[in-house]
Amino acid sequence: MSQPSSELMIEARAVEKWYPNGFQALRGASLTVRRGEVVVIMGPSGSGKSTFIRTFNALEDFQKGSITVDGIVLSDDLRNIDAVRREVGMVFQQFNLFPHLSVLDNLTLAPVLVRKRPKAEVEQQAWALLERVGIAEQAGKYPGQLSGGQQQRVAIARALCMEPRILLFDEPTSALDPEMVREVLEVMQNLAADDITMVVVTHEVKFARHVAHRVVLMAEGEVVEEAEPEVFFTNPSHQRTRRFLDQIL
Amino acid sequence: MNSQLRRLRAELFATPADAALSLVLITLLGLGAFGFLRWALTQAQWAVVRVNSTLFAVGRYPVEQQWRLWLLTALLVAASGATWGLLRAHPRPDRTGVRWPRNDRLAVGLLALIALAVPWALALTLAIQSRWWGLLLLLVLCRWLAGRHGANLSPTGRRLAALVWPVIYLVGMVLISGGLGLVTVSPSEWGGLMLTLLASSFAILLCFPIGVLLALGRRSDLPLLRWGSVLYIEFIRGAPLITLLFLGQNILGFLLPGGLAPERVWRAAWVLTFFAAAYLAEAVRSGLAAVPRGQLEAARSLGLSYPKALQHVVLPQALRVALPAMVGQFISLLQDTTLLSLIGLLELLGTARTVMANPAFLGRNGEVYLTLALLFWGCCAALGLGSRALERRLDPHAVPSAT
Repeated sequence: MSQPSSELMIEARAVEKWYPNGFQALRGASLTVRRGEVVVIMGPSGSGKSTFIRTFNALEDFQKGSITVDGIVLSDDLRNIDAVRREVGMVFQQFNLFPHLSVLDNLTLAPVLVRKRPKAEVEQQAWALLERVGIAEQAGKYPGQLSGGQQQRVAIARALCMEPRILLFDEPTSALDPEMVREVLEVMQNLAADDITMVVVTHEVKFARHVAHRVVLMAEGEVVEEAEPEVFFTNPSHQRTRRFLDQIL
Repeated sequence: MNSQLRRLRAELFATPADAALSLVLITLLGLGAFGFLRWALTQAQWAVVRVNSTLFAVGRYPVEQQWRLWLLTALLVAASGATWGLLRAHPRPDRTGVRWPRNDRLAVGLLALIALAVPWALALTLAIQSRWWGLLLLLVLCRWLAGRHGANLSPTGRRLAALVWPVIYLVGMVLISGGLGLVTVSPSEWGGLMLTLLASSFAILLCFPIGVLLALGRRSDLPLLRWGSVLYIEFIRGAPLITLLFLGQNILGFLLPGGLAPERVWRAAWVLTFFAAAYLAEAVRSGLAAVPRGQLEAARSLGLSYPKALQHVVLPQALRVALPAMVGQFISLLQDTTLLSLIGLLELLGTARTVMANPAFLGRNGEVYLTLALLFWGCCAALGLGSRALERRLDPHAVPSAT
């Protein structure tokens, strides 16, 4: 496991978010993530963990607090939002592959359109990435013709093809059949060995234990506990964390 | 043969009730077919169609200028053949295409039959008949050439090849109406099938972008845009087309200063366009609603701007879902052009009515209407077949072909 540097990649301070219906999803959540760090966010459903990481690439807005990603302050300025999204990749629970494009075109679409890179060069990179996640032979197929696990690996490769500095995972294995969870986690574990910064919302305890540098517990829109995995799972300092662990372990 | 007979027996005469029903239906069908054939072959006098075939095709378009229409037809046929071949040469990335699938061979056979039989049945002069054969040869030749050499075309070349269609459309406009050195043929001299196809293709081409914009407007976050779109769509959908056509003929003359109001034909074509756009917007809206939210989020999270995400991710999926409904709209639009005859334009139905009003062909309505029905059916069938082929090509869940 590579060691994170001291450079801050994500700095979220006292973020508060209300949905239009008045429900407050985030109540002063704070988190800092350093470069190369793998942070796993756990927590009961409805605790705001998905909402929280979705604010990091401005898929959700927030009303109070501040978020700085890779040195860019997230504000209403649209240019900032586009700049952040270029640097932050996201993997969704439901894969969200583009069903009308072949696997290869799913990977090359954004680099060609957004980074304006030559198509041939991007395709070469895409092949390499598909090779890396173990599905190069499916490059010509459409997402609907792949299994869930394969689709999620394509989704990871698609995010990587933009060469992001940060990867966000929003429950990447929750929609998968049990036997496919492992192939996706293996890919993620390989990534963690690289320099890339990862924030992962997941319920996979094994992954959190062995891959994460830090594990975070969220509850009721706040970060309750932040600790190294060893401490988090064996000797958490908060009652709330113990209750949560009792339920899932 | 024996096995087919057995299958027929199993399908039609499995139980006594099935057998009875089958017998009744076969008798009814047989009687119907017999009656129709007896009328068509012995009683009907097809001279009305034979004599007026040019009128049905192009109305009162000046005879000495009709070469322009033949040229346009030849261009369209060549482009169709080339497009057809190119599509076969470039199958979907997940399929290994066949260059001459069975359906294509059937289609060529059918077209050959039409090109040989129709001019013969219409007793056209040998010179005109040979033009039909020439068109057939042109089609097959372009189909063959594009199918054989199309695979070598680069992606840029393919995109340029698609541009042939708008270019032909513009060239066709010039060929039909004149200008650029050609004698002007005023729209009042256009008619028949040509006017029907011209008005409907104009409306189909233009109502598409307008309809997409209206559908996007209806889902917009900007209240003014949203309410404007809703108001427009609901107003147009609440009014019968015929009243809008009359309105268009009367009001445009008042609204625009003298001379600026377009010719009657164009006024009607614009009304058709704006009418169809409202219905198309609703079809597109249903397609947009079918695209999951996550698609836009995934596109945005990859850094695509909102317009790019719409263009490359959301709209392609929405339009594919909306395709059957949209083509349904186009087909009814094609048939709605018959209403133009009520505002005095001589499109297919209008032409037919002038023919039937001719004392020489009194009482020959059956033959004329049947011909009309066949022509319309042919156009609609072509649209329907094209749309289904497009659906199959775009279907993301289709299993790759085994061959």
